[in-house]
Amino acid sequence: MTKKVLIVDDEANIVISLEFLMQQAGYQVEIARNGEDALTVVNEFKPDLVLLDVMMPKVNGFDVCQKIRDNAELEDTKIIMLTAKGRDVEVAKGMALGANSYVIKPFSTKQLVLEVQRVLEES
Amino acid sequence: MNRSQFSYLLGLSGFFIFLTGIASGLAFFMWTTGNSPDQVLNSEAISGPKLWPFGILLLLLLFVAYLLHRAFKAYFFTVKSLAEEMTLILSANPTHRVKPEGPAEVKQLGQTINAFADRFQSLLADDEAKILKAKAQLEEERNRLAALVSELGEGVVVCNLEGQILLYNRRAKQLLSRKVEKQVNGNGSSSGFVGLGRSIFGLVDYDSITHALEDIGYHLEKETSRPVSNFVTNASNDQLVRARMVPVLDQQKEITGFVLTLEDITQQLEASTRRDILLQSLTEGTRASLANIRAAIETIEEYPEMDAERLGTFRKIIREESEMLSEKLNETITDHTADLRSNWQLDPILGSNLIWAIRRRFEEKLNITTHVEYEEEDLWLNVDSFAVVQALTSVMRQLRIDYDVTEASLRLKKTGRIAALDMIWNNVIVDPDTLWAWQNEASISDGEGFPLPLKEVAERHGGEIWCQTDKEIGQSYMRLLLPTTQPKPTWQVPVVQTNSRPEYYDFDLFHQAGQKPELDEQPLSDLTYTVFDTETTGLNPAQGDEIISISAVRIVNNRLLRQEVFDQLIDPKRPISRASIDIHGIKPDMLKGQPHIEQVLPQFCKFSEDTVLVAHNAAFDMRMLQIKEADLGIKFINPVLDTLLLAAVVHPNQQDQSIEAIAQRLGVNVFGRHTSLGDAIVTGEIFLKLISLLAEQGITTLMQAREAAEKTYYARISY
Repeated sequence: MTKKVLIVDDEANIVISLEFLMQQAGYQVEIARNGEDALTVVNEFKPDLVLLDVMMPKVNGFDVCQKIRDNAELEDTKIIMLTAKGRDVEVAKGMALGANSYVIKPFSTKQLVLEVQRVLEES
Repeated sequence: MNRSQFSYLLGLSGFFIFLTGIASGLAFFMWTTGNSPDQVLNSEAISGPKLWPFGILLLLLLFVAYLLHRAFKAYFFTVKSLAEEMTLILSANPTHRVKPEGPAEVKQLGQTINAFADRFQSLLADDEAKILKAKAQLEEERNRLAALVSELGEGVVVCNLEGQILLYNRRAKQLLSRKVEKQVNGNGSSSGFVGLGRSIFGLVDYDSITHALEDIGYHLEKETSRPVSNFVTNASNDQLVRARMVPVLDQQKEITGFVLTLEDITQQLEASTRRDILLQSLTEGTRASLANIRAAIETIEEYPEMDAERLGTFRKIIREESEMLSEKLNETITDHTADLRSNWQLDPILGSNLIWAIRRRFEEKLNITTHVEYEEEDLWLNVDSFAVVQALTSVMRQLRIDYDVTEASLRLKKTGRIAALDMIWNNVIVDPDTLWAWQNEASISDGEGFPLPLKEVAERHGGEIWCQTDKEIGQSYMRLLLPTTQPKPTWQVPVVQTNSRPEYYDFDLFHQAGQKPELDEQPLSDLTYTVFDTETTGLNPAQGDEIISISAVRIVNNRLLRQEVFDQLIDPKRPISRASIDIHGIKPDMLKGQPHIEQVLPQFCKFSEDTVLVAHNAAFDMRMLQIKEADLGIKFINPVLDTLLLAAVVHPNQQDQSIEAIAQRLGVNVFGRHTSLGDAIVTGEIFLKLISLLAEQGITTLMQAREAAEKTYYARISY
């Protein structure tokens, strides 16, 4: 069964690359342009994995991550934080809030695809 | 009659009773031998030969009595008087001398006493001279300390344990004083005045100070080597101040007070915050763009067979993100160069001052005639002026020594946000390698020069340095680019310049109790006063005349503190009478833009809090204040003393009780009269003289002064 990936980022340029990469890797892809949209889409789309940016207007990535983890229906949804916020404290925060992985921008696209694959294979 | 006189009279009376007894005995003897008393008294026998022994005896006894009286007078009373005079010499007047008179022995005693008195007086004079010398030395040391502290760049405040200010410097006053707010209805709660004897708690957060004291107490208990505590607090005008508290300990190592050093860290903190934000935006912003570029490139490489349209999209992403990255970097360099610079201590200096300093240095040190070709007016530079002057002098020294340059010019121009400082010389072409060396290598010889090369000085200013030569006219210049700035306006605390010594300290307050006993019973010399004066639009407050100037000066511990003044012009929002302008010289245009009474009076109320108000003809000034109380929701509850009335108490027979006449009588210099600050200061000087004169009349407390004043004629004047 095709795995579903939700990309949450307000920067159109990265979304274009990520969408293409995920589609090429064989995932069903959905896009959310900000945190608020993400919370709506995640409930409808029920993704297996969310690629989640942190710095977004309205609701930031940390809040989205926390809300997903608070939702029992989404307990199997994996989250990869994908962000320019690369300080140790931010990584620690993201992981503590329930992210499965934390990828700091700029990243290698190959490694990202591998990371998505690895996280999805986690039981 | 004293005890000795009484004893003497008693003795003398007894003696005469004794004589009378003898006479009575004789009479009785004659009566019992056959003569009736009448016969004895009236018969010739009395004056006859039978009574002569009685008469002789009586005369003898009277003579003895006279001799005794003389002896008493000569020895007993004179010696008693000498004893009293000795007491006077000893206790009150060492210059007093006894009159050596009377019998030889007493005379000798008087002479000896005088000799002792001479010796005593000379010893006293020696002691007094020593005390005066010690006092002068102490005063000199205090003044030196005050002068030193007053010029420190950091604010310094010394307080006793009750938080009363014992010493402060100019910088502390600037940092902690609050200005008269322009907002309407600005109440006094947020205002604070720095002054001797005032509480630090009105200026610095109470909790911060108590916490720091507790911290120091802990350090002292644990006997750590540095019982110091630091905290950051809000100061006046939204400045952030870093305070460092050091305790003042007595011999038992008990805290008796503390020293606060204050440093304005607002700009430092702002710069560091800007730097943090900048770094964050640079790292995160760059990361995001790089991520986009990298993802696009890697995708293109990974999927070379992608269609042309998709390839175009990725190329567009790369171009857009690269452009954004470039823009971001340019913006950073343009806007935040100053924030990215190293932490070198740069201070604002007026360009003309820097030029003057360089010129003076060239002329004095190098004997080079220096002209100023052009100098931009009102151009403020943000520089380490010492480093700039030294580094330029270093280069100019090389020109002087190696090329015999004896004349130079300076030019200072503003170019955008930077300033170009040119050092120009003529008819000497220096080869580029030498110029490069001068800029890049430090030059120190014979103790002269500067350890940093000019290039590094320029870099530390975020500036640049280079040389250019116009071979056609034979002119060369070295151009140093320096950052410009706008000096941050700070509130200038009104300071009255006087020739007197600095008055920022009063360590006697160390010994004052924190509690406030009833003011009425306190000696006049111990009270704190606010001597004030107002200038008005006219003389009828009841008919709407308004205050246009209010000034005050404080008296603490019997000293007039000329630096602790309140001096404010006020826009009365109504015309000023011609007669009033003639008196005080304050014209309507001087009051334009000044705060209104609604802003000023609450501040003055705060300034005079917990002090006794003093004014000349206080009834008028108090009326001017009180008429506004209800409208402004304030109340002047201070006790009031009037120098006009007190002068009348001291000199009741003088007709002229004008401020000039009183000042002249008491030897007070009159200056700046009819400015309210000038009048307040003269009134303060007069009041201090009056305190001593009142003490001579036994008037030493506030209540006594008030009662004496109320009895005078002038007390009936009211407005």
